[in-house]
Amino acid sequence: MIGQLFEGVPARALVLGGLLLGVLVAAPFLVNDYLLTVLIIILYYAYTGQAWNIMMGFAGQLSLGHALYVGLGAYTTAALYVHFGVSPWIGILAAIPIAIIGGAIIGFLAFRFRVGGVYFAILTIAFAEFARVGFDHFSWVGGSSGFFLPVANYSVSDLWNLRGKPMMFYYLILTMTVGAFVICRLLLTGRIGYFWLAIREDEEAARAIGIDTFRYKMFAVILSAGMTSLAGVFFAFFYNNLFPEQVFHISRSIELILAPIIGGIGTLFGPVLGAFLLTGLSESMHAILYKFGVDIPGVKQVFYGLCLLFVVIVLPHGVWPWVARVLGIRERRS
Amino acid sequence: MSALLSVQGVTKRFRGLLAVDNVSLEVAEGEIFAVIGPNGAGKTTLFNMVAGVYQPDQGQIEFAGQRLDGKTPDQVCRAGVGRTFQIVRPFPALSVEDNVIVGALLRHHGLRDARESSYGILNRFDLYDRRHRLASELTLPDRKRLEVARAIATEPKLLLLDEVMAGLRPTETDRMVAALQRLNQEHRVTVLLIEHVMRAVMALASRVMVLHHGAAIAEGRPDEVVRDPAVVQSYLGAEAVG
Repeated sequence: MIGQLFEGVPARALVLGGLLLGVLVAAPFLVNDYLLTVLIIILYYAYTGQAWNIMMGFAGQLSLGHALYVGLGAYTTAALYVHFGVSPWIGILAAIPIAIIGGAIIGFLAFRFRVGGVYFAILTIAFAEFARVGFDHFSWVGGSSGFFLPVANYSVSDLWNLRGKPMMFYYLILTMTVGAFVICRLLLTGRIGYFWLAIREDEEAARAIGIDTFRYKMFAVILSAGMTSLAGVFFAFFYNNLFPEQVFHISRSIELILAPIIGGIGTLFGPVLGAFLLTGLSESMHAILYKFGVDIPGVKQVFYGLCLLFVVIVLPHGVWPWVARVLGIRERRS
Repeated sequence: MSALLSVQGVTKRFRGLLAVDNVSLEVAEGEIFAVIGPNGAGKTTLFNMVAGVYQPDQGQIEFAGQRLDGKTPDQVCRAGVGRTFQIVRPFPALSVEDNVIVGALLRHHGLRDARESSYGILNRFDLYDRRHRLASELTLPDRKRLEVARAIATEPKLLLLDEVMAGLRPTETDRMVAALQRLNQEHRVTVLLIEHVMRAVMALASRVMVLHHGAAIAEGRPDEVVRDPAVVQSYLGAEAVG
């Protein structure tokens, strides 16, 4: 396992990766609360981007409804916590299976009945929309008026119930992001990763060399859904409020996929770099505009649009492959 | 010699079109069997029924004692039948090496084993030097050999080749013929090929079947078949024999 994790990684990449990790671990002691919150958001998008990338970047299945899994994870653990006092660590034992079932239903319908490409993407949107409308009328979790977790000022962080200061959330999301990266690296360089890439490249040819494409596509969806639901758990306990209109909205699904698209679809480090670029740039732009007294709603979306435009035109494979070339470290496969 | 592949009276219709009409053939173990015929004769349809892409409307297909009809393409491959595509389809964004490794992973679960196995195959098809190139960067002859190499990596007992010579220059054709002959002799791979290039058919095949309008009109040794009047008239043309 450990051997496979580092096998074939250039020394320079290991050093740079180690440096980055070191800086991220030390960050809470170096930056103020505002910047720490920005870092939390960055890592949140790095994590969700990594999870989405398993489906799209590795297995070639475009999901535009990943907000569904975020929402299912968020609502499940939040409801268990608020109504029954169940710790989110126990709650995920329900949240992950529920998200997986959601993903499995979509995957089964699509792959069994050969719904592919754009139609698959539409199916994923449809299910996220079902959930949005459904949760709007789900009064047990507040319906459209929202669901709130009790907030108090905590002097001590309570990790068991995920109640506490930003620093606790920061280390939690950092751990999740590193974990997701490691999992993706191990899978991508293993047998399953090869099969996923084959399916992404040419499904019919993949079948012709004996790959059970249904099985491996299902695995990609299930894994991606399960991982994304954990991001939802984080979301619920970090923000303490959930509105179906926000959580399940398609704009959330789109936000989740921007980091890997900007960073480089199908690459391991792309989602991380993309999250840093997007959130970092948009937050600094926001701060600068704010200083000059400009506060226009929607400016973030316009900025995202411009970033996307730039990347699609100038670096269609994402920023990371280009950065990796400049740094002299190449991911073995893109 | 027992038949490795036995196709018994298969028929396939597409709406009103009778693409393959009650065709039977037997391919013995270790044999190279060619199916020839004009465009639209039903060769590829027949091929795709063996490969599991289409299910026959009638008849059955047996391979090494088990039924192939009803199986999906991946199950057919796992049963020991490798195939190539008429229009080659290597995985474009993967390296040449990874294209072969992903095939080898079917029988070798460890990546190290699969890579080792793939190196031997890459060598055999003169692709070893180009193993780090992307498949999309290869020339057509190289891509054709990669297509065969990837199929071979799944270690099939029977290899189905769909017009693997099409678009190759004569020297490239000879190179492919030599590679396939070695494969057949040294590794006992049985081959069923669909081919237009008579030069390759004559050099490779031990037996030939001629399809015309979905039906078999002749079968036998290549030198006999090319002299068959029905074949000459429907397919080859008089000058091909002379």
